[in-house]
Amino acid sequence: MSLLDVRDLSVVFQRRGERPFTAVDKVSFTVEPGQTVGLVGESGCGKSVTSLAIMGLLPKRGNKVTGEVLFEGTDLLKLRPDDMRDRRGREISMIFQDPLSSLNPVIPIGVQVAEVLERHQGRDRKQALRESRDLLDAVGIPDPGRRLSEYPHQISGGMRQRALIAIALACKPRLLIADEPTTALDVTIQAQILTLLKQLVDETGTALVMITHDLGVVAGLCDTVNVLYGGKVVERAPRHELFAHARHPYTHGLLNSVPRLDSPRGERLHAIRGSVSDNIPWVEGCAFAPRCDNVVDACLEGPPPLEPTATGGDLRCNNPVSEEVAAR
Amino acid sequence: MSDPIIQAGTPTPRSGDEKPRPGMSERSIGVLGDRKKARLDELARASASDRGGISLVRDAVRRLRRNPVAIVGAAIVGLFVLVAIFAPLIAPHDPVQRFDELTKNLTVDSIPGGSSEFPLGSDPLGRDFLSRMIHGARQTLFVGVVATLIGLALGVLIGAIAGAFGGWVDVVLMRLTDVMLALPSLLLAITLVAMASRSSQWTVIFAVAIVSVPIFARLLRGSMLAQRESDHVLAARALGVKERNIVLRHMLPNSLTAVIVQATLTFAVAILDAAALSFLGLGDPDINRAEWGLMLGVDGQRYFEVRPELAYYPALAIIVVALGFTLLGEAMREAIDPKNRR
Repeated sequence: MSLLDVRDLSVVFQRRGERPFTAVDKVSFTVEPGQTVGLVGESGCGKSVTSLAIMGLLPKRGNKVTGEVLFEGTDLLKLRPDDMRDRRGREISMIFQDPLSSLNPVIPIGVQVAEVLERHQGRDRKQALRESRDLLDAVGIPDPGRRLSEYPHQISGGMRQRALIAIALACKPRLLIADEPTTALDVTIQAQILTLLKQLVDETGTALVMITHDLGVVAGLCDTVNVLYGGKVVERAPRHELFAHARHPYTHGLLNSVPRLDSPRGERLHAIRGSVSDNIPWVEGCAFAPRCDNVVDACLEGPPPLEPTATGGDLRCNNPVSEEVAAR
Repeated sequence: MSDPIIQAGTPTPRSGDEKPRPGMSERSIGVLGDRKKARLDELARASASDRGGISLVRDAVRRLRRNPVAIVGAAIVGLFVLVAIFAPLIAPHDPVQRFDELTKNLTVDSIPGGSSEFPLGSDPLGRDFLSRMIHGARQTLFVGVVATLIGLALGVLIGAIAGAFGGWVDVVLMRLTDVMLALPSLLLAITLVAMASRSSQWTVIFAVAIVSVPIFARLLRGSMLAQRESDHVLAARALGVKERNIVLRHMLPNSLTAVIVQATLTFAVAILDAAALSFLGLGDPDINRAEWGLMLGVDGQRYFEVRPELAYYPALAIIVVALGFTLLGEAMREAIDPKNRR
């Protein structure tokens, strides 16, 4: 049994007097214990909404979540709010994009780490603070004893994200969802945080869902990658497969858009034409069709199905990039 | 450019994120003389101590101390509080005692003026005016503090409930505060006092307190709502923190700063409103109580042509104290504004 089995997860935002908007459209993917899975896509493709839906953190009103989120066989979407609350932070944790605003500004770091231990492990404050010290030490925060009593604004961005990782992993959850954990950090710190995350998930056996728009992060970390476009998975492949031969024109375009150091001087940077606002609704055809170089008539006759490929992945495309071009 | 490293004003390294790479720093320091090295150490130490422990409160206090407006406000408030606390020690006489030597030549046309024993002279009942002024500070401080605290407590309660629950609870509570805000505060206070069966000091305090409730409630509710959407509250939810703790430990403490500043400003309004109620004869009917508003309203008005000081001094005291609290409050508001933080 997979650790996490997301089946046909859909999130529809519905506001009174407005047309419903499908942010996540029948997304399915699985995460095995200890595995690192990437959810990749551009802004607005439904990455974050997927993660919030899994965590049960979407606002109570204004949206409709359907499908199944099986965590060790239990459908999280059917749990009572109290039961779900007991699992959050203990079995599934999440870290967010902006480490400064994700910490409570008026509470010292140590107490914020201790809070989750008190909540889920029944520790008293003193014991929890002692353990917090070790946790901060484990995520590479120097002088952790002193940091315990410091406030979030007193420590650097990298250290804040380390503290958040310590909080998220305090109860040794089996699944960690990281929603663009390095976007707000500068490049050198990004690398350190990614290394730390990798090391911690290897040590603790925590499975990791990595949400990112950064293909570099994916290349360094993920075992399997799901590429999302317009709320649907358009391609799924093992990491090496994806980087070696991306078959979907969107994925292919993304990989081509990454500037290369060895490209000839004067060569123009590659871009995917148009923008997300050009999308057509999936019911009409492939949402990516208006921006696609490989578009064929079939693309405008209803959504293409997600079909298994010969290389062990899945692909949603009528006219994928040929093997030879993809391997280039 | 004799010492480029120092002149460039290199940003202070944040310990922890960047492991110092051996080779590099040693090499650059290597070219400096001993004196420069010592200077570099000194700079590093200075910036290290600079960085430690600048909390919101300390930062605000530091900024307050540089602001002349805050200093003036704090000085007025400080003096006023000291006078109020030590009134019995400072005042030369008992504020309710009637002195025979003053009442002897007391007529409607001549109320005794200043003398060495009674510096500000007498009031129309032969009581020492200076002592009554000093004890008036005590009364004013008491009314202001109690009324502000009651208003703060009720306002925070209502605002927190509205902000925490949202939905129809929020709508009902906020429409109630709208109704209260729709009436001018003094008019509302007068109505409340008039509704009480018997006038006393406490009817004034309650009326003034109730008038300030909607302001506190709205302010807190607004920041609670903003907090509810904030990332750290979402992060707390993601950790399974219970809703009660999210409200009490995450939303409320982060919403209180604005309310605390408002309390200082409310204090000034409370003093003015309480004085106004007394002036209008809606306050405590006890004629022995030394109260600036009452002194201004009764004796000050009646004997204005004979002894205008009886009106000037209480009026001046009310204005200066209210001004002091307003200045301090405004300076505090500026000091805790995150946009002014460095």
